[in-house]
This record gives sequence, C-alpha cells and structure tokens, in this order.
Amino acid sequence: MRGICKSFPGVRALRDVGFTLRAGEVHALMGENGAGKSTLIKVMTGVYEKDSGRIEIDGQAIHFKSPQDAQAFGVGTVYQEITLCPNLSVAENMFIGRGRYAFVDWKRMREKAARLLDSLGIPARPTQQLSSCSLAIQQMIAIARAIDMDCKILILDEPTSSLDEDEVRKLFSLMRELKSRGVGIVFVTHFLDQVYEISDRITVLRNGEFIGEYEAAELPQFELVSKMMGKALDDVSSMRKREPSAADGETPVFEATGLSSAAGVRPFDFAIRKGEVNGFTGLLGSGRSESVRAIYAADKVTGGRVRFKGKEASIGDPIHAMRLGIGYLPEDRKGDGIIADLSVRDNIILALQVLNGFWKPFSRKQAEAFADEYIRSLNIKTASSATPIKSLSGGNQQKAILARWLLTHPEYLILDEPTRGIDVGTKVEIQKLVLKLAEEGVSVTFISSEIDEMIRTCSRLIVMRDRSIVGELTGDDLTENVVMRVIAGGSESI
Amino acid sequence: MKRKRTHGFQVLLPLSVLAILILINLVKGADYFSVSLINGALYGNIPNILFGASELVILSIGMTLVTSSSGGQDISVGVAATITSSVFVRVLLGSSAITWTAILAAFIVSCAVGIVIGAFNGSLVAIFNVQPMVATLILFTAGRSIAFLVDGRLSPILANDLTSQIGSVIPGVPIQTPIILTAAFIAVVAAFLKATNLRLYSEAVGINPKAARLNGIDPVRIKLLTYMILGVCTAVAGFIAVTKAGRHDSVNLLKFCEMDAILAVAIGGNPLGGGRFSVSGSIIGAYTIEVLNRTLLRLEVDPETIKAFKAAFILVLMVVSSPVVRAYAAKGVAKIRARLDASSARDSCGPEQEEA
Repeated sequence: MRGICKSFPGVRALRDVGFTLRAGEVHALMGENGAGKSTLIKVMTGVYEKDSGRIEIDGQAIHFKSPQDAQAFGVGTVYQEITLCPNLSVAENMFIGRGRYAFVDWKRMREKAARLLDSLGIPARPTQQLSSCSLAIQQMIAIARAIDMDCKILILDEPTSSLDEDEVRKLFSLMRELKSRGVGIVFVTHFLDQVYEISDRITVLRNGEFIGEYEAAELPQFELVSKMMGKALDDVSSMRKREPSAADGETPVFEATGLSSAAGVRPFDFAIRKGEVNGFTGLLGSGRSESVRAIYAADKVTGGRVRFKGKEASIGDPIHAMRLGIGYLPEDRKGDGIIADLSVRDNIILALQVLNGFWKPFSRKQAEAFADEYIRSLNIKTASSATPIKSLSGGNQQKAILARWLLTHPEYLILDEPTRGIDVGTKVEIQKLVLKLAEEGVSVTFISSEIDEMIRTCSRLIVMRDRSIVGELTGDDLTENVVMRVIAGGSESI
Repeated sequence: MKRKRTHGFQVLLPLSVLAILILINLVKGADYFSVSLINGALYGNIPNILFGASELVILSIGMTLVTSSSGGQDISVGVAATITSSVFVRVLLGSSAITWTAILAAFIVSCAVGIVIGAFNGSLVAIFNVQPMVATLILFTAGRSIAFLVDGRLSPILANDLTSQIGSVIPGVPIQTPIILTAAFIAVVAAFLKATNLRLYSEAVGINPKAARLNGIDPVRIKLLTYMILGVCTAVAGFIAVTKAGRHDSVNLLKFCEMDAILAVAIGGNPLGGGRFSVSGSIIGAYTIEVLNRTLLRLEVDPETIKAFKAAFILVLMVVSSPVVRAYAAKGVAKIRARLDASSARDSCGPEQEEA
C-alpha cells in the first residue's frame, strides 16, 4: 500500500501512509488511539474506500470496493470482537454464508471442519456449540475460517485483548504455523511484549501519519513507545504513588461488610479511606469486576451492610450510589459505558444531569460548557462535542466516560479496566489522573489486567481467586512477583 | 451546531416531499392556497389539511416517544383512542347538563383512562419485556369490543352545540377548533420536552438500557412514562375525533390510524429501533400523509384504488430515505467535491485537507 489517504468529514484520518507486508511474516501495526490503525485496516479490507494512493497485491494494483472484494483477493480479517454466531456449531460457523447451494451436506461439512481444525491444532470439535468454546478457541476458529477461504493476508485486530496468557500462547503458535505456510499476518495490539514475541517487522503510525517501518529486532521497546507517542517516555518513572497519611482520617469513606451480589461473589468485607487508591486484582473471572459491581449495586445486591463516611447507607440501585458520591466506570465500555448514538456532550453530562434531576435539564449552553471543559482538559480528540461518541476511537470514548464521572466530582471513584484496549500514552495519562485525584482527596478503586499498572498506582491490592478475596498486599509486598504468587495460589497450596 | 445540521437533514426529506405534493396540487389548480371566510371561519385546502390531520399529529407525537424509549411501536393507539372517547361520551352524557365544565371533567376522566391504558401496555413492555408490537396487539384485539361495551352496545350521539363547536368552529374564532387544540398540544409537548430530561433519558434508554441504568436512569420507569404520555395522546386524539364525528362509532372511529401514526414517525426520519428522535419530524410526517391523502382525492383517483397509489408513493419515499440511498448520495457529493478540489488545488491528498 502506498500513499494512502482517507478523510472523514472534519477529520483527516490517514495521510500518505505506506505499508508493506511480505509473505510469511508477522507485521505489527502500532500506534496510539486515533493514530489511524483501524482506518488503515478498514481501507485494507475494503470497508472504506481510499481517497487516493495505491494498493498492490503481488505487484498488481487493486481497488477494493467492498469487504467481499477484499476477501476475493485473499485478505481475511479477524476482529477483536468475535463476529461469529455463538449459538451455531463450530462447523457451521466455519462454513456459514459460503455455500453456493441451498442444501448443506452436513456430513462433508463436519469432516472438512474436523480436518482443518486438526491441521491447525485447534482443540475443538466440529459439532460443539461455538459458545461452549473459550474466547481464544473462538478466535482461532475465526482464523481457521479465514484460512479456509484461501487468504494470503490475515489481519488480526487486537486478537489478544480478551485472552489470558495461556490462550495467547496458543494463538501465537497458530500464528507461527500460518507464517510457515506463507501467510502474511498483520498484527494489531496494544501489548508491547507480544509485539516483540511474535513480530518480524513493525510499522508505526501517529496522528494518521506514517512514522516508519522497522525490523522488530532493531527497535528497542523504549524507542518504539517514544515513536508512537512522539515524545520520550519518562512520564511513567516520574509518577509518584500516594501513600495514605494520618490527615486522611480514620473513618473509611466507604465500608462494606459481608457484601454479596446476584453475580455470584462470595460475601466480602471491604473498606477504602479518603484519598486512598486501592485495587482488585486476580485472573479474568476471579470476581474482581463482580466485587466492584456489588459496591455500586450494578448487579443486584443480595446481602451485606454498607457504611458511607461512617453512616449506614443502603445502595439498592446505581442511582443511590451516585447520590452518595460514588462513580463507576464499567469494564465493558461498549455494553455498559457509552450511549453510542448520543453525542460526546450528552455522554459527558449524562451522570451529572441525572443527579441534577429529571425536572432540571441543563441549558444547551451549560451542557456545552461542561463538555468543552473536559474535552479540553482530558484532551479528547473529537470533531466537536456534538459528534456521536461511537465515531470516536476507543481511548477517546474512555476519556469521555471518565469525564462523565469527573464532572460529578465524586468522593469515591471505581475504575474497572479504564486502560484496557487503549494506547500507552492514554494509559499513562489515566494513571496520572488517578494519582492526581487521590492527591485531591478522592478515593479510587482501580482494576487493571496489567499488574505493573496496578503496582504503580495502588497503595493496597486486594487479590481475588474463585470469587473470594484471598489476600491483601501493601507496602513492600507490592511487587509483581509477590502479586503473581498470591494470584496463582502461593506455594503452600497445591 | 452539527446536531442541528443532521436534524435539518432529517426533516429535509418530508419537507421536500410536502413541497412536491403542494406543487402537484398547484399544477392541478392555482387556487390551492386560496382561503375563504365562511360563517366567520377560515376554510380552504390548507385549513382542511390542518383540520384533518389533527388526530394523526397528536398520535404520532406519542408514537415517537414510545418508539424512542422502547424501540418498538404501539399498534393499539387507534383502539385506545376509541376506548378513551367512549368513556368521554359516557361520562358526558351521564352528567346532568352539558356545560364547558362537564366537558372538561369528562375529558379529564378520559385522559385518566388513557394513562391507565398506557400503563397497561407500558408495563407489559417495560416490566415483562414483551415485544411492543405483541404487547399492544392484546389491546388492539380487545379494544373495540371494550369500547362497544362502554357505549352500551349503541353508537351514542353527541347532539349538542358545545361538543360540535369543539369538533368544528367556536363562533367568533376564525380557526377551526381541532387546529387550535392540536397547536396547543404541540406547544405543551414542546414545553414538557424543554422543561424535563425526557429526551436525554428516553434516548439513552432506547440506545443502551444497561448503560442508562448504570448512570442512574431507571429504564422501566422511563418506558412506562412514555407509554403513559402516549396514553394521554390517545385521549386527546379520541376527544377530537369524537367531537368531529358527533357520534361514537366504536367500530370505525380512527380505524387504521395506528399504521399512519407509525408511518408518520418513519417519514419523520426517526429510527424505528429506538434512540434519537425528532418530534417535529413526526409532525411533518403526519401532515405529509394527510396532504398525500387529499392530493390523491383531488387528482380524482378512484377511491377504491387510492390505497395502492398511497402505498406506491410511500414505497418511493422510504427507498429514497433509506440509509443505502443516503450513503450513495453522500458518496456522489463527496466525489464531485473531490473533483472540484483537485482541479483547483491539484493536491495529492483528499478533499478535506485544509480542514485539518
């Protein structure tokens, strides 16, 4: 691809971007949110038409008009969110929508699926219902589907963001297998370690511009990050964690005893003091998200007592928590966070507007002022405050949701995976913001899958396993090694 | 500002359709806009359209809100209006004397009945999660029989000056009463939307109920509220319809108007799957339907075939306003603009370069 340009009304997404993929290589496409990775991929796969530039495959100039077009030329894509049908079988998912005939030869289909799964080493049965497979397997099945359609170019858009380490390893071995068959793979991810583990070359984009193409072995991680951000990365090291002090008072801001919820967390005790940053950690499914959801009554609370600033409180619905001054940024940004079709402005003012009451809507001017203030202070990249939030990049959506809660000036803020799926620069910004809030006396509960992030920001970590709290770490115990050991179950058990 | 622009585009289509229809009418006869004063009130094509569309406009407003919050349509509105108006007639005829106060009292009772009906439909939708169309199918099926029973198996007649003045003209007022009532109702709705967060709440619930709940909005309550507002709309529409007719015919009153109300919402550019909404779009849509009906009559289309013509017209309208055609048009516009830009600037990059 040479000199690719793409514009949207009010925003130029790509400017003169070049990208070369060789057969049998894994090529990482790196950049911050809004750098243009997704746009470039969508041009590559025919979702968007390019405004100018050339696309060549095997030296032949090609013009994709639709995703089907791209598919016919051997470009296959597997997106971060799996686009298969969970209630169909594995084999059906692999062949659905591809038959030319109205009738299906079920037996042949199953046999073909079994052979393909076998040859790629994917541990799934053709007759199994897709939803009974783990996310990683589902992802692999999506890849197998693409491979079976004779794709020469495979695009993996953040395939690992919802996988655990073991699953990532399985995915990587599949990628290596495909590489050896001569498939060129474009790999998009935010995880730097993974880039170095699997990629041969790296292309970096920033603000829709082509920064450079590098051999992975010749580009140190540190330099990669600074190329992505356009500045040297000393931000992280300058961050200083806030330790609780006596001035914060003895009474916790929030205190729960025996709290449990319909989502199946075992009754737990929890407290957080003024200006404290603590975190829940544990593997996916350990109950860390369910625990904070119980605090906010996002799931139905089934038992336990809650005190807010020493006073008995009852939180039966999110609105009660909001009224006490608790904010909650949910893990699932798309499903629980954004109101996709509404403007950035409406999304930002939503929580404060609800707190203000049904009969007291903000005037257009007030709402605009609120939104503009946070668009500026959090540096949210949007054409205007009236743009629908769904057209923003993931990181900017996340910032808007963050703005929504900052606007309510909460006393206790719960952030569940605020940094997932967003670029390094924004991650650091968010971590800094958390520490600044704590400095101002806000209590924060912070959840992240990345342990180093948690260690950098939290002064206390609550470790969960199998839906119960198994440990609490403070001070010198807050090192990656210790945390991992407690998560894994320590040496004494098993 | 951007929002205004998209909003403008939304009502642009029904407006241009209106313009085309009016043009057709002008070709047919240049006297289309002429208004004459008969017995101290204005008559003519335009007043007749405003008069005729009253009930539809009011119902389409309620339908818009329900569509936004619940992502579905209420197909029982015509039937509900028949029930509320039967209650109105029953209460009014039961009172000792027909005075303005008695009419007001009967109207308020019918509004209460409308709210109860809305709450019934709304709770099926909001609490029991029944598909709106299925939930309202229940009342759609039973409603006219209920109205028939309320009527006492008769078709009661409103033979008095006051109600017929409401249905036509109050002496000394040059504009027909239903037109005034409709305008007043629109004003009340506009004021309500301005004074409350109904728009934000309903749109949020319609787009993402889970996120709405996590932001302190109760989706059940909001859906219920919109159905209850629709209930009030049906009561007002029923009130106007029965005073216009002068008698309560439980079989034919406002027959098939639910389909027109849904159509008005669609013509107004509102997504029928819920979310963002434009009441003004629906209102224009409702008037467009009325103009269409009357234009076909004026063109002397055979009354038996009128429905086929109407359907054909709507088909064209819906295809033209579909996202597919819109995207195609947008692409065309962009291409033309790019060509203009390229010829003036001879730049390697796309059309919006200066903007960034």
